[in-house]
Amino acid sequence: MSVPNGPRIITSRFDLADGHTYAGYVRTNGYQSLRKALGTMTPQQVHDEVKAAEIQGRGGAGFPAGVKWGFLAADVHPRYLVINGDESEPGTYKDRMLMELDPHQLIEGILLACYALNAAQAFLYVRGEMAVAQERLAQALNEAYANNIVGKNICGSNFSVDITLTAGAGAYIVGEETALIESIEGERGMPRLKPPFFPAVKGLYMQPTIVNNVETLANLPYIIGKGGGDFKALGAPTSTGMRMFAVSGHVNKPGVFEVPNGVTTFRMLFEAPEYCGGVRNGGDVKAFIPGGASAMWFFPEHLDLALDKPTVDKAGSMLGSGAIIVMDQSTDMVAACWRIVRFFARESCGKCTPCREGTTWLERVLKRMLDGHGRPEDIDLLFEVSESISPGLAWPPRQTTICPLGPSAVSPITSAVRRFRHEFEHYIEHGRPIDGVESPFVVPTASHR
Amino acid sequence: MTDIAAPKTTVSVTVDGRTVEAKPGELLINACEHAGSFVPHFCYHPRMSSVGMCRQCIVEVDGPRGKALVVSCMTPVAEGQVVSTTSEPAKRAQEGVLELLLANHPLDCPVCDKGGECPLQDQAFSHGPGESRYVEEKRHYEKPIPISDLVFLDRERCILCDRCTRFASEVAGDPLITFTSRGNDTQIMTFPDEPFSSYFSGNTVQICPVGALTASPYRFKARPWDLEQVESTCTTCSVGCRTVVQSSRDELVRYQGVDIESVNWGWLCDRGRFNFESVNSKNRVNAPLVRKDGALVDATWSSALDAAGRILRTIINDKGPSAVAIIGGARGSNEDAFAWATLADLLGINARDAQLADGLPAEVFALPQATIAETCVSSTVILLAPDLKEELPVLYLRLRDAAEKRKTRIIEVSPRATGLTDYAWKSIRHDPGDQPRVVRELIAMPEVAAQLALGNVTVVVGRGNLAESPEFALLATGAVLHAVPEARVLPVVRRGNVRGAIAAGLTPRQADGDTNSILAAAAAGKVECLILLGADPVVDVPDADLVRRAFASVKHIIAVDTFVTESARHAEVLLPAAAYGEKVGTTTNCEGRVSDVAQKITTAGTARPDWMIAAELALELGVDLGYSSYTELHDAMTTTVAAFAPAAVAKAVRHEGVVVAHPAPVRITAAASSAAPRLTHHFRLLVSRVLYDRAVSTSESPSLAPLARDSGVHLHSSDAQRLAVREGSDVRVAANGSAIVLPVVIDDAVSRGVAFVPFNQHGSDIRQLIRHDVAVTDAVIEVV
Repeated sequence: MSVPNGPRIITSRFDLADGHTYAGYVRTNGYQSLRKALGTMTPQQVHDEVKAAEIQGRGGAGFPAGVKWGFLAADVHPRYLVINGDESEPGTYKDRMLMELDPHQLIEGILLACYALNAAQAFLYVRGEMAVAQERLAQALNEAYANNIVGKNICGSNFSVDITLTAGAGAYIVGEETALIESIEGERGMPRLKPPFFPAVKGLYMQPTIVNNVETLANLPYIIGKGGGDFKALGAPTSTGMRMFAVSGHVNKPGVFEVPNGVTTFRMLFEAPEYCGGVRNGGDVKAFIPGGASAMWFFPEHLDLALDKPTVDKAGSMLGSGAIIVMDQSTDMVAACWRIVRFFARESCGKCTPCREGTTWLERVLKRMLDGHGRPEDIDLLFEVSESISPGLAWPPRQTTICPLGPSAVSPITSAVRRFRHEFEHYIEHGRPIDGVESPFVVPTASHR
Repeated sequence: MTDIAAPKTTVSVTVDGRTVEAKPGELLINACEHAGSFVPHFCYHPRMSSVGMCRQCIVEVDGPRGKALVVSCMTPVAEGQVVSTTSEPAKRAQEGVLELLLANHPLDCPVCDKGGECPLQDQAFSHGPGESRYVEEKRHYEKPIPISDLVFLDRERCILCDRCTRFASEVAGDPLITFTSRGNDTQIMTFPDEPFSSYFSGNTVQICPVGALTASPYRFKARPWDLEQVESTCTTCSVGCRTVVQSSRDELVRYQGVDIESVNWGWLCDRGRFNFESVNSKNRVNAPLVRKDGALVDATWSSALDAAGRILRTIINDKGPSAVAIIGGARGSNEDAFAWATLADLLGINARDAQLADGLPAEVFALPQATIAETCVSSTVILLAPDLKEELPVLYLRLRDAAEKRKTRIIEVSPRATGLTDYAWKSIRHDPGDQPRVVRELIAMPEVAAQLALGNVTVVVGRGNLAESPEFALLATGAVLHAVPEARVLPVVRRGNVRGAIAAGLTPRQADGDTNSILAAAAAGKVECLILLGADPVVDVPDADLVRRAFASVKHIIAVDTFVTESARHAEVLLPAAAYGEKVGTTTNCEGRVSDVAQKITTAGTARPDWMIAAELALELGVDLGYSSYTELHDAMTTTVAAFAPAAVAKAVRHEGVVVAHPAPVRITAAASSAAPRLTHHFRLLVSRVLYDRAVSTSESPSLAPLARDSGVHLHSSDAQRLAVREGSDVRVAANGSAIVLPVVIDDAVSRGVAFVPFNQHGSDIRQLIRHDVAVTDAVIEVV
């Protein structure tokens, strides 16, 4: 199978033994874009290049970064850049690789963003569980400060930025930008209401704040170095540049791949030898989740769709944070559904009623089915409770909740029950899965709870 | 020129087909309510910030981008909004949220105190789906657990609406309860080993939308449908919070705060909320007591009035009315005070004082006055007052709100850090007696002068120190008024109706008629009969030695009281008075607001309202007060006393009440001079009140009595170090020829060189060291 080619932009140093060090970064042309920007470009020009690149945010929502920057309340200072390194969507592990293997590239991206935004303070928030990433970033920041890359009068210019490294305490919801802001402020990680708390207007410490994803910013050195147009030419017009996808599940070679955005298809990603090398045991795809556990599921008929934001949106799901989970024909869909719902039930922050009560209710109904105590009315009940969380069960989801976590638990249910209703009915009738499938996980029995 | 229409200052919103005008920025949930459409809700509370957590108040809004479900407590109104609170999608969402809220709720309504007045119960009926489909096991927690001395928490009933936690952090400034755990295990909890010991904890019980929070004084006492209630005014302190008084089977069982804009916004302090227990106390005096063979024994009203009349008649005939003096009257109503003042007028008794030498000179009430509401929108508030969190707790809430959420800047000049210090723009420490100098110099500082130049300045003045002459606070106030002539004053006195009693005439009619002078005259044998109107000078007057000498000399004491107090113990006749909740009347708060006090229960035994006792005694003495009913009395008062004229109409004193008429303001002319500085090895005494002390209303309330602390002398840590004493070590505190032993409390809130002793606590009595004729008290402290 032939696949579209493209350069490795942000994973270029992943194979180097010293790619994470200052010496290794500088040796491979690191910090040249920063010097270029400081020496020859105005902040507005940097902003314009990012706009021209049309890079979509890589955190999940896919909103163009250059446009987002434009929302920052003008002339209000201090203003902050917050870097969302709380990558915690099940199945996604690309930002962790970027932080562990090329921390200086991220730092350079942060500095370029701060330059464009006229911000003097950035907060780099790293997920609590990512100890190596935290250490590598701390080390990199120390090196950068020592070499006058971060701090006062960067590279002899009158541009100064401080970057504060903040470690999370291990909560999924802190990946949501307003909950992340709360966490930086030392509060419980609970989302804020939008409106009125749009970060670009009232963000961290109630000041204008831009929250960007790690991968988004890691692309900036390339965009400023080569130009926004060059970046845009790499992918499809609707999904520009190269993009990282983290594939997990029933494939032969799970991993993180940087592929031309918008032109590579799911089938290429799963089957090409340079990527995942096919489904395990020579089997077939039964379903796959295209953009993290909160996305609607895709099925074999979606395999030839391109990894392109509008294409995937139109097909009724999302590319999200680029986390793709592949399930082969042996998968017990009831168990898989339960496992994802359990994740969201456990990670609900507890702030608003529909999510706190609803996700747990859904999880218990599914668990009861797995334990052999399902009732015929339970399938309708799953939809009814889901409806109370996400009215209309539509995509993109509407929500009665404060943040999208609640509806995230609804996606696997509507996906799995609509497509594999017979598997649920089989559980209800017989107390066990259909023949030929098994749970992809160990399901604890009732006595273990 | 074309006419330009005046810009529209309101926003038109259509709610369920009715168009209403709303204020710009107003929340949709309010606009809906104004339009007559109730939107179910739990977390939303009009006196706290919206958090949008329960999601119950979802409505459907038809806006520029089509129909959408929005949370009405977080959505401001917008011009042309079309809202439906009952459309199918809105109803489905509301029912869905209610079903989810009930999923883990125990539904133990039959044994829940909230059942019958429960927002969750009511709204489950009005907006719920009718039945639950939840068959899984519900959440289980130990229930209930005490989170403070007064409050219990049932986490199974809790719906996690954030009202109590928001109240604690946002309104009370005591963030002692918070959410712990996450997701479905989220619960309200205190911090380890730190109880929810807030003076305002009872409010969380009142605003809890379920039965998760209950307070020990009311737990299992009554069911809401058995309660009778009437709106009234709390007279525990001089803030005058509006309440409802609730009874069951002719016994007081609960007070709840009522939201009035001008005073308490619905909040109460725990002391005011729970001291109804003292009204129900078994120790109340139920019948008149007359001294017989050295002991007080039960008597009939006629024999007791006869005994009292005989005493007064004899003394007035033999020695003239100057041998009789009246102390007290501030615990009763305006009408009570007016009746006694009328009687005193008729008998010629000029020595009378509603204050127990622990208040302020009456002239502060004649300075240009500010109301509480005006104070809280001032640009600058200068605090020359005691710790308001301890003395007038709800005024503390209002000022804290003004400083935190509004633009008011507080300048505090105090010998000790107070509850408001953290919210003050500037908080300055001074030695007692030095306030006038400090204030004079402070307001001359350019930064402060610039702030005061913004105008709208209010001075909150009170008796911050019972071991110091009140003149200093008055002089300091004078210094501000001299620099900022248009500044106004909010006088804060502790006792409930001091201001009303003074206005009604229980204030000296001669130069030396105040309580200290009365006691001095009694000690000198010039006053032979003391009439105590709900006054307990033996406990309350700061100069204990003066009281001791007065009580040793005075021949006769006639007491009108609800309990046999330390002072009433010495009486020859004790006439039982009706307590709060047992009589009608009006009361006057610190700002001069007159509002009504209601009767809810019948009096204990044969106790009578103070005014009725005055009227009966008048008849006994052959004079007639001229009224035989409360209504006649109230009318006589409002026509006789100009200040009370606005209260003439019965309607005026309900709910928000009405502020008394002010005479032309007086000016303070004396120059602001301070007391002489203390010697370096001396400590200057600071004696002031804390919320829970040995006052009868606290000590006779079983729930509150244990909250009073033991006495101690609070010293700054550097002073303790200098004296080589540790926390709890006993020290000898000596001043004015007397000495007592007290344990040391290390307290860096106290200024260096100042020794703070809370008033009226268990243990050694600091009043032994206080002399009424010594302006400031300097003490020597030595290790025992």
